[in-house]
Amino acid sequence: MKIPNTILAMLGGIGLTLFSLWFGQHNHLLPVPATADAALVDGLFNTMLTVSVGLFLLVQGLLIYAVIVFRQRPGDETDGPPIRGNIPLEVLWTSIPAAIVLAISIYSYEVYNAMGGLDPMAAGGTAIAHHHHHGGAAIAAPLDGMAPDMGNGRQVAYGVGADPDSMGKGPDVTIDVTGLQYAWLFNYANDGIMSGDLHVPVDQDVQLNIVAQDVLHAFWIPQFRLKQDAIPGQMTQLRFKPTVTGHYPIVCAELCGSYHGAMRAEVVVDSPEDYAAWKTSMVAAAGLDQSAIAAAIPTKQLSDADYLAPYGAELGIDPGAIAQLQP
Amino acid sequence: MAQAELSTAPAPDIGLPETTPWWKYFTFSTDHKVIGIQYLVTSFIFYMIGGALATAVRLELATPEVDFVSRELYNQLFTIHATIMIFLWIVPAGTGALGNYLIPLLIGAQDMAFPKLNALAFWMIPPGGLLLIMSFFTGTGAAASGWTSYPPLSLVNGKAGEFIWILSVLILGTSSILGAVNFFTTILKMRAPSIKINTMPLFCWAMLAASILILLSTPVLAGALILLSFDLMAGTNFFNPAGGGDPVVYQHMFWFYSHPAVYIMILPVFGTISEILPVHARKPIFGYKAIAYSSMAISFLGLIVWAHHMFTSGTPAWLRMFFMVATMVIAVPTGIKIFGWLATVWGGKIRLNSPMLFALGFISMFVVGGLSGVMVASVPFDIHVHDTYFIVAHLHYVLFGGSVFGLYASIYHWFPKMTGRMLNETWGKIHFVLTFVGFNLCFLPMHYLGLMGMPRRVAEYDPQFATINAICSIGSYILAVSTIPFLVNAIYSWRSGPIAGPNPWNALTLEWTVASPPPEHNFDGVPVPKTGPYDYGFVKQGDRRRKISDLKASDILGGA
Ligand SMILES: [Cu+2]
Ligand SMILES: [Cu+2]
Repeated sequence: MKIPNTILAMLGGIGLTLFSLWFGQHNHLLPVPATADAALVDGLFNTMLTVSVGLFLLVQGLLIYAVIVFRQRPGDETDGPPIRGNIPLEVLWTSIPAAIVLAISIYSYEVYNAMGGLDPMAAGGTAIAHHHHHGGAAIAAPLDGMAPDMGNGRQVAYGVGADPDSMGKGPDVTIDVTGLQYAWLFNYANDGIMSGDLHVPVDQDVQLNIVAQDVLHAFWIPQFRLKQDAIPGQMTQLRFKPTVTGHYPIVCAELCGSYHGAMRAEVVVDSPEDYAAWKTSMVAAAGLDQSAIAAAIPTKQLSDADYLAPYGAELGIDPGAIAQLQP
Repeated sequence: MAQAELSTAPAPDIGLPETTPWWKYFTFSTDHKVIGIQYLVTSFIFYMIGGALATAVRLELATPEVDFVSRELYNQLFTIHATIMIFLWIVPAGTGALGNYLIPLLIGAQDMAFPKLNALAFWMIPPGGLLLIMSFFTGTGAAASGWTSYPPLSLVNGKAGEFIWILSVLILGTSSILGAVNFFTTILKMRAPSIKINTMPLFCWAMLAASILILLSTPVLAGALILLSFDLMAGTNFFNPAGGGDPVVYQHMFWFYSHPAVYIMILPVFGTISEILPVHARKPIFGYKAIAYSSMAISFLGLIVWAHHMFTSGTPAWLRMFFMVATMVIAVPTGIKIFGWLATVWGGKIRLNSPMLFALGFISMFVVGGLSGVMVASVPFDIHVHDTYFIVAHLHYVLFGGSVFGLYASIYHWFPKMTGRMLNETWGKIHFVLTFVGFNLCFLPMHYLGLMGMPRRVAEYDPQFATINAICSIGSYILAVSTIPFLVNAIYSWRSGPIAGPNPWNALTLEWTVASPPPEHNFDGVPVPKTGPYDYGFVKQGDRRRKISDLKASDILGGA
């Protein structure tokens, strides 16, 4: 009787492992990855999911098996065997989880490094030059006011920096991002463009310098697997290389007030031609002065009459910001 | 006669031993058993209020648009829901109710070390809770910046609601500290001489670990909230960036308490699970020392992982890495417990009654929360799912699938001791099935929502998530309804359930050697147990065929 049981247990273990491996690779639980780094995060997730599904099935399997096989039979008032422990077994189930979390930690560290999380330059430096006034980008002024140390290189900017292979090199595109109740503003300081939606060129190294104007927000692009809080008075940053053209949502992930759920924008990953065309159109629009302002404010939220009515007061912020846009 | 009372045959309905008159529960009683029940009933009432708020949240989220409540009220609903569930239900029920009721009985003491302090700690709960609920009726409503109350948002929402929230949490936190002083001292100093620290019931170890966490971390929360109240009311700028303050410092202080708070909420339940499983599986706990010391390890590690809630905040890379690894390590002592529990039931004679169903349900649900906990500890992955529904799912698998299932298991297990009467088994099973199904229907799909891009704390969401949210809402309605069979069962059985007798489960810990409900001073003299708390399968010398269920109280208790 003992040998068949062992074989059954082994078969069960193999089946469980195969299922976990299959499920981990075919889970479809994440949106399309639109940057190179996103694929790294997905690989990590799939691995952790594989291990988790395996352990989950193991525990549930043991529980269900125990409940069926070791249930009290009618009339049986006796006890189970007085087993109080088993040191080798306990060592085993202490060391296996320890090995698993060690492996996951190392893997996570590698992924975090590969996506630029450990970039020492994320602590200031190159990013800051763009804050000095170019063209009509006077929006930098209020931002500088909020992050007083920005520009002297001492201020630490938290977030995800350059990948190891582009470390030390400046990004291809730098965009200043401001979160405010309840919109994102994107300032292309070098081009004098202000926009309510983010346009980035495909396959280029993009850096976002993120601040908040009022309360905490969090800048999240699910398809990029990137998120970073926007903090008043403290610049943070994200650096990435989008690889798949398309339109993706920008979601505010940190509670910022009643319209937190409506604080959404869009990132458009453009082909080089589309990106150039978009920039041209934005610069042309900016030339038309006042109309630039309308373009700069995220239209989605503003067109929501529901939003306008009770939040006239909040909109009061915007005319102020708009005034500062004037060259 | 004593033999009959201890066997599984229903005890003759000879009425209960002297019970505490109902009005005693409304007094400043110093009896730990009265206080324990005061905690339990009070926190359960708040649980139902918190559950009603959760149902309102799910009603709003049943559709993508804002339609059931206003956006402003929605934020108040989830803020107060979380605050109630944490500070007025799980913490007071896990530590206050179970700790107070069980610790003196388990260690052979007549009461807690500081009975008056104990009563004081309890009587801070009702005013703290009422204050919180009344804050809905201030001009600007209740606090609306989440239970985390991050500045600057918490400084710009309605001042009155926020201030009351701070006051209420300070009162409840103080109550928790007073309770912890009591548990810590009682466990270390009030044990009957024959109950050694290395043989005391594992619930005591868990409460020791939880008390240490409360004592070390709650004062830091109090400090953060007092500074926050200065910013709010006196215009100081500790955390307000407008005046040069640092909102990230608040996050550090807040999570220095609030991560350990998770263990404050789960450790007591870990403890009761270690008590319940051996009784109903009829086997000794597997690896007593490993389970005992893993509680202490969790307590220690729980103090050095707080910033894993801040991986997307103003947290430098090296700190993100440190807190990632420290958090991952907690999986090891947690795994020791889970495998120890599995080994405890393995090969036993499992009685699949309501306490056991909830205890096994606890293991199975908590494992999900533990595994997703390892995932969110990983910085690159957490950057994606932080502040999304994945976290909502994870935390509810820990705190509902874990803590609440464990609390229900404990209530089913000790209800006969507390009231002297048995709960109805059929209704208990109905309660379990409804809770289990409703819970998983409500929270399992939320993992997917978060992964796909739905942030938490939103009143409106992308219509692509409509179907899954509708499913979650249906689950939450089932969960709400599942409370009814329990309530009816508890109220009916408390009044007229079958008499339980001293030891309806044939358990070996000391509380089962005295009458149900126990007399005011618990024990006549100092009890001297003849067996350890987990000596199931124990065959007495020269009596190899004797079953545990044939043991008499005098076999378990030595001395008088
Ligand atoms: Cu927001
Ligand atoms: Cu935590």
